[in-house]
Amino acid sequence: MRELTYREAIREALREEMKRDPKVFLMGEEIAEYGGSYKVTLGLVDEFGHERVRNTPLAEASIAGAALGAALVGMRPVAEIMYIDFSFIAADQIINQIAKLRYMTGGMVKVPVVIRTQGGGGVAAGPHHSQSLEAIYAHIPGLFVVMPSNAYDAKGLLKSSIREDNPVMFIEHKKLYGEACEVPEEEYLIPLGKGEIKRPGKDITVVAYSRCVLRALNAAQDLAKEGIELEVVDPRTLKPLDEDIILSSVQKTGKAMVVYEACRTGGFGAEIAAIISEKAFDYLDAPIKRVAALDSPVPFNPKMEDYVLPNEDNIKAAARELMGK
Amino acid sequence: MPEMDAAKLKEIYATMVRIRFFEERAITEYRKGLPGFIHPSIGQEAIPAGVCAFLREDDYIITTHRGHGDIIAKGARLDRMMAELFAKETGYCRGKGGSMHIADVERNILGATGIVGDGIPIAAGVGLGCKMQNLDRVVVAFFGDGATNSGAFHEGVGLAAIWSLPVLFVCENNQFQQSTPMRDYTRLTDLADRAKAYGIPGITVDGNDAIAVAEVARESIEKCRKGEGPILVVGNTYRTVGHHMGDPGTSYRSKEEVEEWKKKDPIDRLRRQLLENKIATEAEIEEIHNATLRELDEAVKFAQESPEPKVEEALEDIYA
Ligand SMILES: Cc1ncc(C[n+]2csc(CCOP(=O)(O)OP(=O)(O)O)c2C)c(N)n1
Repeated sequence: MRELTYREAIREALREEMKRDPKVFLMGEEIAEYGGSYKVTLGLVDEFGHERVRNTPLAEASIAGAALGAALVGMRPVAEIMYIDFSFIAADQIINQIAKLRYMTGGMVKVPVVIRTQGGGGVAAGPHHSQSLEAIYAHIPGLFVVMPSNAYDAKGLLKSSIREDNPVMFIEHKKLYGEACEVPEEEYLIPLGKGEIKRPGKDITVVAYSRCVLRALNAAQDLAKEGIELEVVDPRTLKPLDEDIILSSVQKTGKAMVVYEACRTGGFGAEIAAIISEKAFDYLDAPIKRVAALDSPVPFNPKMEDYVLPNEDNIKAAARELMGK
Repeated sequence: MPEMDAAKLKEIYATMVRIRFFEERAITEYRKGLPGFIHPSIGQEAIPAGVCAFLREDDYIITTHRGHGDIIAKGARLDRMMAELFAKETGYCRGKGGSMHIADVERNILGATGIVGDGIPIAAGVGLGCKMQNLDRVVVAFFGDGATNSGAFHEGVGLAAIWSLPVLFVCENNQFQQSTPMRDYTRLTDLADRAKAYGIPGITVDGNDAIAVAEVARESIEKCRKGEGPILVVGNTYRTVGHHMGDPGTSYRSKEEVEEWKKKDPIDRLRRQLLENKIATEAEIEEIHNATLRELDEAVKFAQESPEPKVEEALEDIYA
């Protein structure tokens, strides 16, 4: 089967949905000729024109607000916020309007808005371009939060997000854009709210999403040589969360670890850990391990950045501890 | 020639050369493998050099992601800047900030931001603090043209206006918001017209003419100091390199356009003026260049030889 990078898979999802539905359009900063900061939308303006691939002024609140407005009258906007760090400027519109309008109107309106953005560290971009902020959006009732870990998932999930009548925060990871995997030519969708086991294993359930899935898979490979079998569970969407896939894995392994790139305190992995302890406590034979970033801004110096962000070694150490080794 | 003394003009020239050579050297070092992003301001040097020429040491500046020039013009040390680009312990931010976050509080350089527009309301606040404490100081907020689209610009300028704060808003208009040309993000052809919305003066100046910039800055800074601020100054210029090191700068503008602007290079222009008007000799100009190159050799050596920060320092300066 052909391989696509995460970047290409996202672009293909956008292209297919734009072809399928003339109401779908893109707006964001530098997304037309420039192709976006990470070149995800490169070439789409040639195919669909500026009417549907709209460069916006540098004004994130209006990107989000205008996406909502267009959605209210029948369009299906995919709005890009270049870095999730800048989404704070749009956050009022996202949190107070986009997330709540359907509810506040007693269900009168639909809000088919996708906010595409990207986060995460790993490129020495410093404290304003490296954050992982998914927990903030997952905290808000009404928002879907999607965080794909590979090209295949990114494509199928983005297509579903665009067809969803409720708002979706679609959060990509800048270090995944160049990662490739098999993506079929035929159309497929991945339902929001369904996780996937990325690697089966009997010893420890490792719940990871976005780039941390890769870290967990790498660690699992190494640990297998030591006789420790990780089961890597990727929820793929944080909201709604596929609790069943997590809980049934924990029931099988009896040990759980959550891995996330955001700061440890209040990260979404803490929520996953809480769910596991609420609903699968009786199956656990060790405390749940949390592997996350240190509670620090993401520093510029690459070695410091590596120190702050979670890595394979942290996962391996936590796994060995869980196994009493 | 306007009545600006020869020493001042040479100082402005030297500042521009420092900025240009610093960034050229940073680009060379970056290509050899520095981390992160840098956003060079090559072609835009006349604006920071002209504006900062008439700031006092105790005046403040705040700048942006494309801030090397502003920071150098306000007097920052090239070695500590270079060390920051190298992510070293001796860098201005001890390796935690990088190119987009350099500050030098001793020189009242209050920092740079990666969030476009954020410096503008902060500058209003600095102006407020100065005014409330009768400090008789002026603050300059440097930002790009794209930043004038942000809510932060409109809110920050609006606030400074109603409270008559001593803030000089300086827009370094390189005519692109990253890749988006002005005509695609505003109906205005003169960004200084934005000032009208807030009832403050808006002045347009040829941002490649260092002397013109300096004249406007001198007058505007004086006014701000007398309580007649805020003022918006828009310098029209052009960045002749890409948006950052990863951008060849070719997808949104023609080669011809870039070449046209290279011919209007602000450094060449001031050099010609200095020579034609016998303000400086070739030998003096050459000495300015050579001195800067020597300083940069030292700066790079300093950066290379400086230690990396200890990784545990990542957790320092976090109090909650
Ligand atoms: C709030 C915010 N939105 C978007 C960006 C991404 N970005 C960085 S620079 C830039 C263009 C800014 O244009 P301008 O203010 O004209 O400055 P220039 O880069 O041209 O110097 C953009 C869109 C950002 N850093 N911050």
